[in-house]
Amino acid sequence: MNYRRLQHQTLLYMAAVVIALWVLMPIVLIALASFTPKQEIYAWPKSIIPSHFSVETMKYFLNSYGVLSSLLNSVLVAVITLGITLLVGAPAGYAVARFIFRGRQVYRMGILMTRMFPTALLAIPLAVTFIKWGLYDTLIGVALLHSAIAMPFAVLIITGIFVSVPKDLEEAAMTMGCSRLGAFARVALPLALPGLAAAAMFTFVISWNEVFGATILTVQHRTLPAQILSTLSASPLYFRFAGGFFMVLPTLVFMFLIRRYLFQMWGGATTEK
Amino acid sequence: MNNYKLQRLLGTDTLLPYWLLLPSFLYLLVFFMSPLVNAIGLAFRTDNGVFTMQYFLQLFHDLNFGSALKYTFLLVAIIVPVQLVTALVIALLVNTGFKGSRFFLYICTIPLGIADLAAGLIWLSIFAQHGYLNSALYSLGVINKPIYFISYHNISFVFWAIVIAEHWRATAIVLVNLVAGLQMISKDYLEAAEVLGARPWQRLRYVILPLLKPAIQSALIIRTILAIQMFAVVIALGGQLVPVLAGESYFWYSLYRSYHMAATYAVLLMALSIIITWFYMWFFRPKAGMVER
Repeated sequence: MNYRRLQHQTLLYMAAVVIALWVLMPIVLIALASFTPKQEIYAWPKSIIPSHFSVETMKYFLNSYGVLSSLLNSVLVAVITLGITLLVGAPAGYAVARFIFRGRQVYRMGILMTRMFPTALLAIPLAVTFIKWGLYDTLIGVALLHSAIAMPFAVLIITGIFVSVPKDLEEAAMTMGCSRLGAFARVALPLALPGLAAAAMFTFVISWNEVFGATILTVQHRTLPAQILSTLSASPLYFRFAGGFFMVLPTLVFMFLIRRYLFQMWGGATTEK
Repeated sequence: MNNYKLQRLLGTDTLLPYWLLLPSFLYLLVFFMSPLVNAIGLAFRTDNGVFTMQYFLQLFHDLNFGSALKYTFLLVAIIVPVQLVTALVIALLVNTGFKGSRFFLYICTIPLGIADLAAGLIWLSIFAQHGYLNSALYSLGVINKPIYFISYHNISFVFWAIVIAEHWRATAIVLVNLVAGLQMISKDYLEAAEVLGARPWQRLRYVILPLLKPAIQSALIIRTILAIQMFAVVIALGGQLVPVLAGESYFWYSLYRSYHMAATYAVLLMALSIIITWFYMWFFRPKAGMVER
């Protein structure tokens, strides 16, 4: 019996290790590729570990035409998106979490339904509208689209966060003489702050990763993914590898920081009815 | 006690939630609903505002339409079921609660944060002619010349490369849904089944899977909808070798400069999304004699 249990455990761990390696291996490989000297990328036979690590490929990528400015654009778009999304989405999330009111369920269903619509459906008509409004090929325009994409996520996540902050605490503060705003600012907000920070990072990642809309809405003022995509067929392999790695880098950090909240964001938002 | 103050607070409370919702409602009205309506307008109306079917007719006669539809469907039909099974296996593995299972789960969710474009490029570093797969095969002595995985001579290789990349990238979305669903299943049911002598396989088939149905349903809806708009992974790996619907929308806009046709493809995608959602709702509908949770 004990022997069988041990066998069972060994199998379990072996499966877990194989799966974890399967997930991690491509990320390690792209990192290796980005620090392989340029000429070794095209070598045959190519060794998996480069003869020496070099920042030459990364340098080439960052100095390529348009990359640095698109990098800056990406950060700006993501920050504006984050601002709009939190400013507009947070009150809504708070309202859904705290109040029972007519239309609450309809609003929640509406928010969930928005996930049914493809980005192309928003990006193409918005391009036409933005040309009229003078927002075409601007960072604000891209950020407005990204906010529309991220908003439903943000509302659902923030709802989850405020649900987990006990309502009693706010009510206690109010009976002790705090105004509703005071109770929110002094009690609920500080408790929700780590969750809100996670929601902000998640919004940042959504914007940072988005490529379809950003490519449609810009010509000169590309974000990083849009820049990589639009020059893809003309760029050498080492440019593409470095680009892929560079796009992944910040998201790896953010995903690590918000790992505790992932289920509130993806799992909880969809399974709770 | 200041009853008056409490009364006043409650009085404003009836309107307060609506005020809080208003900004997001207006925002989504302007930047979500109106583009959606405009997209339908672009697909069915000429620039002069006359109703027309010409864009849809043009779409159906488009050279790439047939293969884009075919490849999109094939990709979805292969990727989504395999992802469901993989995610289920991983979720059950995590659910055994072995030492280190939290860390294992974290590793498996890493691809959640990886952009589709980046995932395509990551797998390009493996499947490219100068890629790691060829290096690995060479050092194992299987080949002595690189294989052209990605070329128009061998579309099926490109297709399978896309399947593998997308499977790697997006299984985590299904996984988090299933793990969240599993956590909601009370341990009592499983213990009861065990006490009554159910084998592990029977516990899975008759206890876990039925209780996991809502989670599976929402995971499938979200995953399928995202899969039919697959775009950047396909472009990064295969360029235009494997046409897909979202890619056609993109090329009609950025290469052929027709936002009418681009919008028509987008509207088609929307229609497919709605049909898919409806199909899953119908497929997972509560059947007669079944007790819903």
